[in-house]
Amino acid sequence: MRQSYKLIFERSREGRRAYDLPALDVPAANCAIPENMRAESKLDLPELGEVDLVRHYTNLSRRNFGVDNGFYPLGSCTMKYNPKINEEVAQLFNDVHPLLDADMCQGSLRLMYDMEKCLCEICGMDAFTLQPAAGAHGELTGLMHIRAYHEHRGDTARTTIIVPDAAHGTNPASAVMCGFKVKEIKSAPDGGVDLDALRAAVGPDTAGLMLTNPSTLGLFERNIKEIADIVHEAGGLLYYDGANLNAIMGIVRPGDMGFDVMHVNLHKTFSTPHGGGGPGSGPVGVKKHLMPFMPVPVLVERNGMIELDYDRPESFGRVKSFYGNFGVIVKAYAYIRSLGGKGLREASENAVLNANYIMNALRGTYEIPHDRICMHECVIAPGELLDLGVHTTDIAKALIDRGYHPPTIYFPLIVHEAMMIEPTETESRETLDEFIEAMKDIAREAKENPAAVHACPVTTPVGRPDEVTAARKPVVRYTK
Amino acid sequence: MRSYVPNTVEERREMLKTLGLSETDELFADIPADLKLNREPDLPAPMSEMELRQLITGYVLQNDEACLLFRGAGAYHHYIPALIPQLISRSEFYTAYTPYQAEMSQGMLQGIFEWQTVICNLTGMDAANASVYDGATAAAESLLMLRDSKRKNKILYSAGLHPDVIGTVKTYGHCHGLELVEIGLNENGITDIDCLKANLEGSAGFIAAQPNYFGCIENMDEISSLVHGAKALLVSYVNPISLGIIKRPADYGADIAIGDAQPLGIPMCFGGPYAGFMAAGGKLIRNLPGRIVGETVDADGNRVFVLTLQAREQHIRREKASSNICSNQMLCAIMATMYACTMGPCGMKEVAEANIAKAHYLARKLTELPGFKLRFNTPFFNEFVIDSEIPAGEISTALKDAGIVSGLVLADGGMLWCATEMTTKEDIDYLIEMLNIMFFEQDGDNETDGGTEA
Amino acid sequence: MVPTDRKYTREHDWVLIEDGVATLGITDHAQSELGDIVYVELPEVDSEINLGESYTTVESVKAASPVNSPVAGTVIEVNEELDAQPELLNEDAFGQFIAKIKVTEIDEASLLTAEEYEKLLEEA
Repeated sequence: MRQSYKLIFERSREGRRAYDLPALDVPAANCAIPENMRAESKLDLPELGEVDLVRHYTNLSRRNFGVDNGFYPLGSCTMKYNPKINEEVAQLFNDVHPLLDADMCQGSLRLMYDMEKCLCEICGMDAFTLQPAAGAHGELTGLMHIRAYHEHRGDTARTTIIVPDAAHGTNPASAVMCGFKVKEIKSAPDGGVDLDALRAAVGPDTAGLMLTNPSTLGLFERNIKEIADIVHEAGGLLYYDGANLNAIMGIVRPGDMGFDVMHVNLHKTFSTPHGGGGPGSGPVGVKKHLMPFMPVPVLVERNGMIELDYDRPESFGRVKSFYGNFGVIVKAYAYIRSLGGKGLREASENAVLNANYIMNALRGTYEIPHDRICMHECVIAPGELLDLGVHTTDIAKALIDRGYHPPTIYFPLIVHEAMMIEPTETESRETLDEFIEAMKDIAREAKENPAAVHACPVTTPVGRPDEVTAARKPVVRYTK
Repeated sequence: MRSYVPNTVEERREMLKTLGLSETDELFADIPADLKLNREPDLPAPMSEMELRQLITGYVLQNDEACLLFRGAGAYHHYIPALIPQLISRSEFYTAYTPYQAEMSQGMLQGIFEWQTVICNLTGMDAANASVYDGATAAAESLLMLRDSKRKNKILYSAGLHPDVIGTVKTYGHCHGLELVEIGLNENGITDIDCLKANLEGSAGFIAAQPNYFGCIENMDEISSLVHGAKALLVSYVNPISLGIIKRPADYGADIAIGDAQPLGIPMCFGGPYAGFMAAGGKLIRNLPGRIVGETVDADGNRVFVLTLQAREQHIRREKASSNICSNQMLCAIMATMYACTMGPCGMKEVAEANIAKAHYLARKLTELPGFKLRFNTPFFNEFVIDSEIPAGEISTALKDAGIVSGLVLADGGMLWCATEMTTKEDIDYLIEMLNIMFFEQDGDNETDGGTEA
Repeated sequence: MVPTDRKYTREHDWVLIEDGVATLGITDHAQSELGDIVYVELPEVDSEINLGESYTTVESVKAASPVNSPVAGTVIEVNEELDAQPELLNEDAFGQFIAKIKVTEIDEASLLTAEEYEKLLEEA
């Protein structure tokens, strides 16, 4: 049953077509293009009939796995169910041009304005910009606020961002992308920030600290107040990576923990689909003292009208065209309005409950390096299975054969052979029980017949790819 | 109210019990009590699906979209074949995450491999990435490609790029301490060659636009040879839908081709989500940011697609990564691929030809009006600038009442008009009729006093 | 058994200094730790390398390891074969150099003899 699937280019037959345009009702004007700038040859694109095109993509979709196919406990990614109504209402804005005069697009502008207000309340911040297109883009935009803040005060010595070693790779990469240097600090044995290491790291060069809370180990940072004090006393600002916000909605707010700037991932916490890797959306929230630096345009209400304000002399500029991934914003707004404050809190409570339920059930079968009540995700490791030569990759592939998307693997880096499991709140108890059983079954099989685990996956259309060849001799496009 | 939590309250209690807990709050014992919110977030009340639909429809009705659109300026109204929204709604695609587990993500990986091939073939380049957020961020990312491959801090960009692209480039450039130099346009609306010549020395490269923001078609052959003569690199920011008729970037020697794929089957959707594309030749592939899908085999020799060259990326290189970008715009990229494959080589050419034809008819009719003049005597694609004696704001406001979205009013008083294959002759004739009635016919519904003296 | 004609660093790199030119590479232990090497980011000829600065990055599928130079100077030659065949480093780490640097300064204190390096390997 294993087989590769033809590329759309390999299905092409000259002369076939799936399009059809109205006859030209005005004179042709091709000659308007100067000879030396005209296309030299026919474009190399496939030619197919419509049915073949439709089948190609339908069959491609069958070679893919989404939340709608099954349980997807991918840690740090919050693969919760994506409500269908949100998909539907977002389409209603498809034909709105972004450069309409404000009086012609009050609906779109008002929705964005209302969304900003919701996010402010959920996160305890004073203002939000919806412009960033993704989490990493939000990080970059958030850091630009920190940079602008120090620059504005003439404090040009603040060139370093402190990042814990448990952080997502995007944190240090975003800091560098923003022109900062990165100082990494080791985690304490309990997985939290090592306060002494932090005290030793801060200084007159500290621009800020980036922190994920709950951390990437799925643990709440109990010393958050001390951390905030240390950074603020050193003259730095505190950045909240909102990757794990799904644990704390309605329970505790980044703004109240002392964070100055943060991003949220609408595609995680607020249920917009991940789209196979995007589009996402990464709005950035700031406290009052950072508001002057926000990217343009900023939404303002004037005489009952929402307008785009470009006259912001202290703004660091724009980070994207237009106003952000509007279509994604609509879906997240619909989600927030469906749930309201009570529903958001309930979502977080159940996300945390589900994660603890799994962690508790796997205790004894797998190693739990930081065994205390976790938040919305738990980190486990193969433990004694490693002695049998069964690694995290093998467990992941064995899960695929049992109908699950594997957890995030080999992250966080500070846990050897980590598996990071985030069930989210939208999974039922039976789903969790079945997953737990599958994990135990894999552990059993690993002991009885490790070769069978190494052979996984066997149910997929293709086997494990040879990644070495892919990287050594990159083939990144089809050629005849 | 619902939170999409399937478990009943009773089931939740039982689950808590397995943990040896009795109250949900005990799960949050690590959070310092004085930090907790201890109240419900102050948000509008939860609502049912039916109420939600009404709520969002209410916002939609506040938009005035039942209009004839003569505006582009970075977001274009093109026809989207019906199969695209249908197929992209397959939830195996849209509810998936980044394809880290190749064996169960071949659909998306192959889709992206096909996108990379489409982008390579449209631009003539050797390699493309899996997309970035939009055209503006593609341009900003190209700054770093230029800097890193040439190890120079000075980068030139054209004043003919979209203002949002320039804005984004400046923001990123500032963070990296780059020396950015804007190369102005001449009286014909295209790159001022003398200005380019004067600034090329010591620069890593030049980011040009084709066609540029004002619709003008640049002489890229000339620009390319100048840039390469100075041992700099050429980045060409192109409108992909123009490539059915305008020369591909590789054919005039561009080193990097970038742009926004929105015109290829992606709805305008008030500015996003779109997809930025980036393609490059030769060794520059290692400098491309973001995800790249490659072809390999499994143990049985089956062709398999997989994320590759990952050692460039943030999750491995952390602070040494070529960019911080993590996600891309996968779904939008697939839409654009579907579009290019639906149209094929002939359809892409016909669409481009239709755009040119409509825009030229529109320009001809507009310039037949008294005092309406094309600002630039330069070939254009589907946009052009018109100056008139009547203030642009007045024209725009007056047309709004007739259900027409005029060309974009530019800060300098001109208007940037756009026509695509969606614009019919009838639309254009109606626009002209309205303009005539509003501004030129004494017996028409003339509320302004400008323009009649021409 | 590591070759005795050269010196080593604690980071599992080797250096052979002859006539003011340092030939640099990684040890067999380093290549085996990295696993299948898929790319070697070679420095540019004529570029200046400072003491302790990374002069190359060696990539495997899931890692990118910068290699720091125990000498300062100017790059005069790189092993271009590694461009097309990075796997050569896996096959013969001691037989494949990465770069040659015309030395202006050597961090002698950081260098180990073959004997000392073998001891380091045994202890690890």
